[in-house]
Amino acid sequence: MAVTVVPPAPPAPPATDVARARAPRGPLVRSPLVRYLLVRLALIVPTVLILVTVVFFFMRVIGDPITASQGGRLSADQLAERKAAAGFDRPILQQYAEYLGGLVRGDFGTALTDRREISEVLVTNGAATLELTMWALLVAFAIGLPLGRLAARYRDRLPDVSIRLFAVLVYAAPVFFVGLLLKLLFSATLGWLPASGRASASVEIALTNVTPKTNIMIVDAILYGDPGYILNVLEHAILPALALGLLTAGVFIRLIRINLLETMRTDYVTAARARGVSERVVVRKHAFRNAMVPVVTVMGMQIAMMLGGAILTETTFEWQGLGYVLSRYLLARDFVAVQGIVTAIAVVVAFSSFLIDVVNALVDPRVRY
Amino acid sequence: MTAIVVTETSGLTPLAPTRRRGLPGMALLRSTHGLQRGMLLTGLTIIAVFVVVAVLAPVLAPYGFNVDRADGVVFGTQQPPSAAHWFGTTVGGQDVLSRVIFGARTALAVIVLAVSISLLVGVPLGVVSGYVGGKVDRALVLVTDALYAFPSLLLAIVVAIMITNGRSTPLGGIFAAALSITVVFVPQYFRVVRNQTVSVKNEPFVDAARITGARPRRIIFRHVLPNVSQSIPVLATLNASEAILTLAGLGFLGFGIEPSSAAEWGYDLNKALSDTSNGIWWTGVYPGLAIVLVVTGVTLVGESLNDILNPMLRTRGGGATTADEAEIVADDAPSVADGGPRQAHDSPLDPDPDGLAAGAPLTEEAGR
Repeated sequence: MAVTVVPPAPPAPPATDVARARAPRGPLVRSPLVRYLLVRLALIVPTVLILVTVVFFFMRVIGDPITASQGGRLSADQLAERKAAAGFDRPILQQYAEYLGGLVRGDFGTALTDRREISEVLVTNGAATLELTMWALLVAFAIGLPLGRLAARYRDRLPDVSIRLFAVLVYAAPVFFVGLLLKLLFSATLGWLPASGRASASVEIALTNVTPKTNIMIVDAILYGDPGYILNVLEHAILPALALGLLTAGVFIRLIRINLLETMRTDYVTAARARGVSERVVVRKHAFRNAMVPVVTVMGMQIAMMLGGAILTETTFEWQGLGYVLSRYLLARDFVAVQGIVTAIAVVVAFSSFLIDVVNALVDPRVRY
Repeated sequence: MTAIVVTETSGLTPLAPTRRRGLPGMALLRSTHGLQRGMLLTGLTIIAVFVVVAVLAPVLAPYGFNVDRADGVVFGTQQPPSAAHWFGTTVGGQDVLSRVIFGARTALAVIVLAVSISLLVGVPLGVVSGYVGGKVDRALVLVTDALYAFPSLLLAIVVAIMITNGRSTPLGGIFAAALSITVVFVPQYFRVVRNQTVSVKNEPFVDAARITGARPRRIIFRHVLPNVSQSIPVLATLNASEAILTLAGLGFLGFGIEPSSAAEWGYDLNKALSDTSNGIWWTGVYPGLAIVLVVTGVTLVGESLNDILNPMLRTRGGGATTADEAEIVADDAPSVADGGPRQAHDSPLDPDPDGLAAGAPLTEEAGR
């Protein structure tokens, strides 16, 4: 889970006059890029700390997890005994400090209901969620990029209007409803694709013996080397990826369209047009790349949204990822597990937004100063 | 779920006080044209129908939302649509049409509660924090930025756990769901209002008020607040659609409102999930369509409002500045007030520091 990033030592960017005037000159940190990245990296700590604290106290302020999950089932004495054994009877601040200490060591606790180590859950089920989000991102790009470009090019004409309507509809439809429709159509009615799971049961069993086991099904299937298995895994991924990907595609379309229109108004695009460059080339070569810069930033924010969507998608398709186990633990009222998973997601979100800023700084030199 | 929020940020030009505009009414409608008017009208119609259905639910619905029999006759489970049950019946034997209609009532209650509580908390917090500044302001910015970056559904789940902890009453259920959603929205209002306050508080008219001896409270609420509130209607509208989606998400995961206390579309979709394998479509399609319809309606109105309430961005017969060009995603990944990581548009090297792409009004450009 922990993502460590070693930013490649960048060549010192040529300093313009303005930059020279602005750039702070520490003896240690000369490059503005490095300085920027360090500041940004340092900011992760408070962000994660705040989220962990909020989650911890929100979930503990009402009561302890043992009472929550076993409340009706055990007698008061048994409850007290279990609480003492787990350490939930101590002062909350002491528990908090201990929890933080555990997190630093990568210990997220143990689920109350099935006694699984949360860190182990994070690794195995996290891989499944990663796989789902990757597929979905692929779908989102495949749909969002061309449609966004098309809408910008034919602005206010039929393609634009229909694409924008599509984007609004896709945003308005909850992922689980889209998922339900996809299941109804492609699996219940047409019978083309499987309705749930990450692979057929037999394939899944066969793939447990793959070494090294990555828990990313498609990689495991490729390592196993059976084309039939690869196909089976792909078939299972199509519907979930579509459901989650469409949601994100709607956002991409709007973003790309707006930024492209913005860029199309700039002087250098007018200049290109004046030189007689065809509209197609103007859009593709001149405007598109520059229009993508702000899009990168927003994509970082999409990661949080996609993780939220992944929870719902996984529940819809019984895709055994973090969201799927999270909703299971939620229903079982296993709040130790819930807390661990939510905390881990918070860490991932904080790190990915850092990564996006890094990418942004590398792509756009203006960010660094 | 989506973080697309339409705001105008740094380059806020205080509107001339004479340009006061009535809220949704004829004036609003008249300022639109063509496609935009169509969008606004469609959205308003959908919302009107939604509100009427929600309010008149007990009259309109053929049966109660939680009954499986009428006059001693059991409906039967998973019955396909028929004359007696236009939308069929659920796995629990309830009338789908009635549940969809009563679901509108739940959704409306949660939207109204969630949006008004967030407004009541977020807006004053943002204005005061932005105006007073200092350490508290910085701390609040840090906290709200952290919360803002977090998947909203997860945050809502955590709060729902905290509030209900398993027990819920009919009214409490709706209230708890609304509060869970509120926690997601407060940071949004805070950010928007605070950032605008920071840029407005140095305007000459605020200085003038200060010099004449106005108290901070008066300055904040009489001079600053009216000038930072333009984007609030847009944000509130878009939040309304997000509230529906979050409520449905909570319900879908089984963490929304107790099923016996109110009908909720997300919960119904969850129950409908297992029906799909038998090809039973009516239990899921209707509540799902209800969500899509209402969210679409509210989003259309929100987008149109954004175009209209920012007069600088209004479409006029295909003029150069279509509003949606200035629409943008609320500004950024977490960035800390001043010393934090800079976004492209804050860069001193940026030729357009006010950032067209950040949704600033296009006045300057138009005037040049």
